[in-house]
Amino acid sequence: MADLRNNFVGIKSPNPFWLASAPPTDKAYNVERAFKAGWGGVVWKTLGEEGPPVVNVNGPRYGAIWGADRRLLGLNNIELITDRDLYTNLREMKQVKMNWPDRALIASIMVPCEEESWKAILPLVEETGADGIELNFGCPHGMSERGMGAAVGQVPEYIEMVVRWCKQYTRMPVITKLTPNITDIRKPARAAKAGGTDAVSLINTINSIVSVDLDSFAPNPTVGGKGTHGGYCGPAVKPIALNMVAEIARDPETHGLPISGIGGITTWRDAAEFLVLGAGNVQVCTAAMTYGFKIVQEMITGLSDWMDAKGHRDLDDICGRAVPNVTDWQYLNLNYIAKAHIDQDACIKCGRCHIACEDTSHQAITQFVDGLRHFEVMEDECVGCNLCVNVCPVENCITMVGLEPGVLDQRTGKPVDPNYANWTTHPNNPMAKQAAE
Amino acid sequence: MGTTQSGIHRGRLAPAEYETNFSDLHPRLDDHEALVAADRCYFCHDAPCMTACPTSIDIPLFIRQISTGNPIGSAKTIFDQNILGGMCARVCPTETLCEQACVRNTAEHRPVEIGRLQRYATDVAMTENKHFYERAERTGKAVAVVGAGPAGLASAHRLAMNGHDVVVFDAREKAGGLNEYGIATYKTVDDFAQKEVDYVLAIGGIEVKNGLKLGRDFTLADLTANFDAVFLGMGLAGVNALRAEGETLPGVVDAVDFIAELRQAEDKAAIPVGRRVVVIGGGMTAIDAAVQAKLLGAEEVTICYRRGKEHMNASPFEQDLAASKGVMIRHWLQPKRVIAKDGHVAGIEVEYTEMRDGTLTGTGETGVLAADQVFKAIGQSFEASGLGSLAMSGGRIVIDSEGRTSVPNVWAGGDCVKAGEDLTVTSVAQGRDAADSINRMLAAGAQPAVAVA
Repeated sequence: MADLRNNFVGIKSPNPFWLASAPPTDKAYNVERAFKAGWGGVVWKTLGEEGPPVVNVNGPRYGAIWGADRRLLGLNNIELITDRDLYTNLREMKQVKMNWPDRALIASIMVPCEEESWKAILPLVEETGADGIELNFGCPHGMSERGMGAAVGQVPEYIEMVVRWCKQYTRMPVITKLTPNITDIRKPARAAKAGGTDAVSLINTINSIVSVDLDSFAPNPTVGGKGTHGGYCGPAVKPIALNMVAEIARDPETHGLPISGIGGITTWRDAAEFLVLGAGNVQVCTAAMTYGFKIVQEMITGLSDWMDAKGHRDLDDICGRAVPNVTDWQYLNLNYIAKAHIDQDACIKCGRCHIACEDTSHQAITQFVDGLRHFEVMEDECVGCNLCVNVCPVENCITMVGLEPGVLDQRTGKPVDPNYANWTTHPNNPMAKQAAE
Repeated sequence: MGTTQSGIHRGRLAPAEYETNFSDLHPRLDDHEALVAADRCYFCHDAPCMTACPTSIDIPLFIRQISTGNPIGSAKTIFDQNILGGMCARVCPTETLCEQACVRNTAEHRPVEIGRLQRYATDVAMTENKHFYERAERTGKAVAVVGAGPAGLASAHRLAMNGHDVVVFDAREKAGGLNEYGIATYKTVDDFAQKEVDYVLAIGGIEVKNGLKLGRDFTLADLTANFDAVFLGMGLAGVNALRAEGETLPGVVDAVDFIAELRQAEDKAAIPVGRRVVVIGGGMTAIDAAVQAKLLGAEEVTICYRRGKEHMNASPFEQDLAASKGVMIRHWLQPKRVIAKDGHVAGIEVEYTEMRDGTLTGTGETGVLAADQVFKAIGQSFEASGLGSLAMSGGRIVIDSEGRTSVPNVWAGGDCVKAGEDLTVTSVAQGRDAADSINRMLAAGAQPAVAVA
C-alpha cells in the first residue's frame, strides 16, 4: 500500500486531500462530516476581522455550466467570506481540532490591508490550535471592492507586505493563496516568497459571468434583476490552474516553494496531475459541492492504487516529477514527428475525425475508401496535430504514433531526423542562435 | 368481471384492463428524458441514421436542437423532410432504419432513441399548434390526389405549399389511410391520426372528399381530364386468401378488418375475441392482430408462420413485443384446413414445412391447433380499378425515379407502387418527391394536361 501521509510545510495530514476554504468548511457541522468521510484536512472558510460579520446576498449565489447529461463542468459563486461571527468560528475550530488531532486544520484569513488588523487576528487564530493560516488574496468579488482579497493579490508589493506581517506576528506556517486574475502568476508568487511565505496555494477562483438569462437579459446568478461577476471554479478551470502551478514550480526564483494545488480537482487523476506538476498537496471544493464529501474515498483509493501499480511508495516519489518536462515552446523538438492512427476495430464510424480535419484542419482523414464509409489517416497530409484524437468519442480509438528516426515522413518526403532541434536554432528563425565557429 | 368462456366474446376483461392494455406503448419522453436521450447523439458527420431514413430527416440536427432547448426548431427540421414525422415517430420500425444505423450500436449495442426523440419534438410542436409552412401564391393549377393515406397527405401538403389547389379523394369515411385504420391502437392513441390529418391540412388549399372510390365513383381518366396533374396514393385494399378449406367459416377473419375495427371502436370492450386465437402470417399485421387479440383478453394466441424466424417481415422488436404480451410465435407451419364444429371455427389443421431445393414444401406431418377464431394476415394486394391503361408490374403501379407513371401527368406512390418497402415513411417520401416532381412540371408549364381516353 502506498503511503499517502502528507507533510506540507510541517502540517501533517493522513492524506494530501484538503477541503479548500469555501462553503463546505464554513462551520463545525460540515467539517466534522468531512473528516468522518476521510478528508485529510480543511482550510476553514475565510475569517474576517472582529465585529459585525459580512452579509451575503439572500438570492442565488451560484451559477454553472454543464456538459452532457448535465454534468457540472464549471461553477461560479458570488458568496463572500464567512458571514458568521468571528468568535463562533474560532470556538468551533478549536473544538474540531481537539476532536481530530490527526487532521490538518488551516485558518483562511482576510482582513483589511493594515498591520494592526493582521496583528489583532493572528493570536486569536493561533489560540485555536490551528495548524497554519492561509492568506486569502484571491477572492475576486465583493471583498475585492473593499480593498481585500484579489485587490491585494493583484499587487505583488501588498502581498509581500502582508506576508511579512504574518510571519512576524505568528509562529504558524503561512500559506499565501494566489488569485489567477493576473497576467503573470510568477510575480505574486515571487512576492509571497520575498515576504517569507512558507507556501503558496492556487488558484483561487476566476472572474467570470457564467451565463446570461435570455428572458431577463441579466447575468446568472441574478439577484433582483441584476448580476455581478463571480468566481469560477470546477473542472473547467483545471487546465488554467495546472499551468499556473507549473509556472511557479519551474520558475528559478520560486522553484522548490511548496505549493498547495487548487482548481477543479474532481478525481484522483486530477490530484495526481497537480502533485506531479509540483504541488505538495491539493485542495478540493467544487467536487465536494457537487457530489458530497464521499468523493474523497475515490480520490484516496485511486491515488493509492495508481501509486501501487506504478511502484511509487510515497508522495515524495511523485511530487514534482513532471516539472522538468514542462518547457517553453521554443525548446520543443521540431524533429519529432507523429501521425494519427485510427484503430479500425474500435472505430464506430461517426465521422467526426473526418469532418474536423476536413473542415477545420489538414484534410488528412478519408470518409470513403472503395465506396465504403471508412475513416483512415492519410499520412502524406497528417501533420500530427491531435485534433482527431480529441474529437473522437471513443477512448483510445485514435492514437498518435511517433515516427522512428530514419522513417520516411510521407508528408515532407524526408526521413525523420534523429537529432533534437528546436526553434532557437531553426533556419526560419531570424533570431536563431548560430553555432560557435 | 370478464369471461374466459370458449367461443368469440366481447367483454373478456374488466373495464380498467382495457384502459391499461390499449394505452400508449411508448409514452412521449418528458423534457428531462429527452435531454438525457439527446445528449447521447454524437452529431455524426454525414450521419448514417440520416442516410437510413427514407425521408432523409436531418437527425443529428434535430436532436441537437432538442439538446439545446429548441424542440420547436427541432420539429421544423423533421417536418421539412416529413410532414407526417409525428406518425412516423410512432410507427417506423426504427430498429431496422435510423436506430439500426446509429453508430452507438457499434460500441454500446444501444442506439440513440431517435424515434422517441422525434416523437418528443413533433409532439411539442403539434401540442403548441406550431405551423411552419405557408402556401405560396396560388398558381391556379389543380392537382388530384387519390388516397388520403401517408403518401397522399405528404404529396397534398407539398403541392399546397407550392400554391397548387389540391383535391384529395378517399374511399373511406375518414382521411389518414392506414394511419387511421391499419395501425395497432397502442401505437397511436388519443386519436392522433386525425389530429395529424388536421395538422397537415391546416396549410390550406387542400380539399378532402371522402367516400369516393377510384374505379367505383370515378376513373383516372376523369381526373386527368379535369386536373393539371394526378397523384395516385392508394393502399392495398385486397387481402390474400388462405387457400385452405374452411376459409369462409364464421370466425375466420381478415386481420386488417380486426385492426381497423379496434381502431374505430370507442369502447374496446365491444370488440369480441376468441378464447383461443390463431393468426396466420408473419408480418406487422400478424403481430398487430395477435398482440391486440391478447390485449382483448384472449387466453391463448398463436402466430403460425410458414417460414423461419429470420424470414418474418415483422421486425425483431415487434416479435419481442408479441412475445412479451404472451403471444406464441410458431414457425414452419402452414394452414391446411380450418376445422368446424357446429358451423363455427373449432381449430385449424396445420402442416409442417421445410425448404427443399430452395422451395417451401409441406413435409406431410400435420397437427391441429384448437381455435375459436382465425385471423388471416398473409399479405394484402393492390386492387387495381379504374386505372385504364396505366402500366402495372406484379400487381402494382410502375413508376420511375420521380414517381411518374406510364400515363402523362400521372404520378404514384405509397403501397400501390412497385418500389420501396411498404412502410409509412416510404410512402411519405414517395408522396413528397412526387409532389416536387409535379411542381417542377407545373412550374415549367412543360406539358398541358391531356386526357387519357
